[in-house]
Amino acid sequence: MELDHLVVPTARSVVQSRLWRFICIGFIAGCAAFAGPAFAEDASKSAAPAVAPTPIPIPTTTEKDKKIKDISILYVKQDRPRHLMPLSLLDLPSPDDGIAGAKLGIADDNTTGRFFNQKFKLDVLNGSVDDLIKSAGEKVAAGDNFIIADMGPDELLKFADSLKGKNALIFNVGNPDDRLRQEDCRANIMHIAPTRAMLADALAQYLVWKQWPNWLLVYGPDPEDKLLADAYRRAAKKFGGKIVEEREFKQETGSRRADGGYEQVQQQIPSFLRGAKDHDVVIVADEKQLFADYFPFRTLIPRPVAGSAGLTAASWHPALEFWGGTQFQHRFMRLNSRRMHPIDYDAWVATRVVGEAATRKHAGDFETLREFIKSPKFEVAAFKGVATSFRTWNGQLREPIIIGTPNLPVSVSPQPGFLHQSSVLDTLGFDKPETKCKAYTQ
Amino acid sequence: MSRTSTILTALLSAAAFASTASTAEAYTAYVTNEKDNTVSVIDTDKMEVIKTAKVGQRPRGIVMSKDGKWVIICTSDDNDVKIYDAKTLEYVKSLPSGPDPELLTLHPDGRRLYIANEDDNLVTVVDIQTSKVITEIPVGVEPEGMGMSPDGKVLVNTSETTNMAHFIDTEKHETFDNVLVDSRPRVAMFNAAQTQLWVSSEVGGTVTVINPADRKIMSKISFEIPGITKEAIQPVGIRITKDDSLAFVALGPANRVAVIDTKTFKVLKYILVGQRVWHMYFTPDYKYLLTTNGASNDVTVIDVASQKGIKSIKVGRYPWGVVVSPD
Repeated sequence: MELDHLVVPTARSVVQSRLWRFICIGFIAGCAAFAGPAFAEDASKSAAPAVAPTPIPIPTTTEKDKKIKDISILYVKQDRPRHLMPLSLLDLPSPDDGIAGAKLGIADDNTTGRFFNQKFKLDVLNGSVDDLIKSAGEKVAAGDNFIIADMGPDELLKFADSLKGKNALIFNVGNPDDRLRQEDCRANIMHIAPTRAMLADALAQYLVWKQWPNWLLVYGPDPEDKLLADAYRRAAKKFGGKIVEEREFKQETGSRRADGGYEQVQQQIPSFLRGAKDHDVVIVADEKQLFADYFPFRTLIPRPVAGSAGLTAASWHPALEFWGGTQFQHRFMRLNSRRMHPIDYDAWVATRVVGEAATRKHAGDFETLREFIKSPKFEVAAFKGVATSFRTWNGQLREPIIIGTPNLPVSVSPQPGFLHQSSVLDTLGFDKPETKCKAYTQ
Repeated sequence: MSRTSTILTALLSAAAFASTASTAEAYTAYVTNEKDNTVSVIDTDKMEVIKTAKVGQRPRGIVMSKDGKWVIICTSDDNDVKIYDAKTLEYVKSLPSGPDPELLTLHPDGRRLYIANEDDNLVTVVDIQTSKVITEIPVGVEPEGMGMSPDGKVLVNTSETTNMAHFIDTEKHETFDNVLVDSRPRVAMFNAAQTQLWVSSEVGGTVTVINPADRKIMSKISFEIPGITKEAIQPVGIRITKDDSLAFVALGPANRVAVIDTKTFKVLKYILVGQRVWHMYFTPDYKYLLTTNGASNDVTVIDVASQKGIKSIKVGRYPWGVVVSPD
């Protein structure tokens, strides 16, 4: 009968046990104890395993090799004085934009690192590109091999070239220029920031999925706006959108505020859009956010606005809570007392790339980590639901892009139905057959 | 009680048992609906929802007390764990958990509740009788999965951003080993014999089987389903049959549950279920396996013997966790 503890009784055995019990009760009281173990309800439903557990030996605390390996990451931020500030008070840059994300990444890396005796630290340098070249050169010589860079495109190239042949790997977080991943690519730069083409493709896929394919394209006077307009033109062609008309917004927007200020704008925007061909959406290309936010709800005919205002595409959204993003947002808020911007996210990804490589390789030496990061095997989870990785033809991070309104994410691209032979993430931006990057392919 | 009535009771219950033994036992399943702040109560014999009860905000992980009297739920947006009466679904009390609790596991002693506290990188240990925090154990970034060894001596916690399975001695409440697995480990599950620990990696798309004795990796299982992209294969929930022969792994947005031979680690079959399948639970007789399908708002009942989905039960919005009463 003892066996009944271990083996779940079959219906028959239970019935037999019950009979036993019945007989027992009928004769001697002492027999009840004997019949006890087969108590039907308990035995048939007990959680007792069918298989007896084998004890797990628990090692007594072993004094592991406690030698701590230090891994330093250098953050270089070029002073880029802005001529004009963004229109909205909500969009004003934070002095620690990007750096705040790197700080969280270092904290996360250290939580993991303590299980491997790895310690991560962050050094931050601000200055002109020439200052940064000088100081970074010294830091690299001293062992800061991983560098997160927030710079203009020409400055980034100058900076990267100054470190050519040295033990340095640069992560670009501040620059969306496609040319840095195409004809001007460099072997010592990995690009975390998404490109204009990736962002435009992500938005275009969503608009096409919505069956809102006819776009009125409005672009600003800055060279960046023209590059962004190019990206929208390319995206329209790629995914079956149609730019029905283009208009350049030449008016000088002036200071970002004047007391009042709305009276004239609500006249100005509809008159600017007068006579435009019919369209589903107004797409505004205004990278510095100097005028795009004037468009939503001020258009001549009732049409949604997308691009640099209204519905936007970015690597991150400050209210993203999918895929465990809530905890990530909480950690950021607690550390930095503000919400996470896309550049913070990009810098966090950069530090996690280094941390992930160090964990996976149980190593801290530069060569091992660089080789692994640049290999097609490398992947890192970055709160995007799927793993992010690097494109082997230009070092660009392959990642889903968030489509959102100012308050909430609306969708995530790639959209359903946009297919690709190897990774749907490669439907965003310049794909392998389009590459002009020689530093990676030769 | 007189002897006659005792005999009568015994006879009647024997008859009752015999009559139900041929069909399935009726158990009660509890499903947390993350978006509705409710629990759907399912009669597993009728395979239908018999009650929907309001609970705290964003209910996710769910377990039952050993005696089956309480359901214990992580109410994530309330930043605590709430206990409800299993019969009436009336609120009993709250337990401290730290912010945003997600998954939990009860020690075989029936008292110590281990809660993954994602915000603070800790596993919080609470006595469910006294409602007091016993201790906190530091682990990796975003602790999530909680696998208790059947003998209660070892707890394995997974950390989603650190990507490790942390082996914790439940006497000392200290980690004694950490095993690296693929990205974003979600669930850890021991087999009954304690000779295998299964860990699912949601973003990595794999399941790692670890030998608990030496913490060496025995196998890494990947999945291939025609017509389903690699990215959509996201293993989360794991359940192992009572005789340890088969493992069932929920594959998230691949909308399938994989059936795996635990000896060869080969995938035998993919069972089509609802959309974004995450957590699962066996009925105590191991006849059925219930799955929560977050994106299609339903629960699939899998017949374990035939390895087929036999019924889909509509529940609340974004069903997350599931537990079945022991009786």
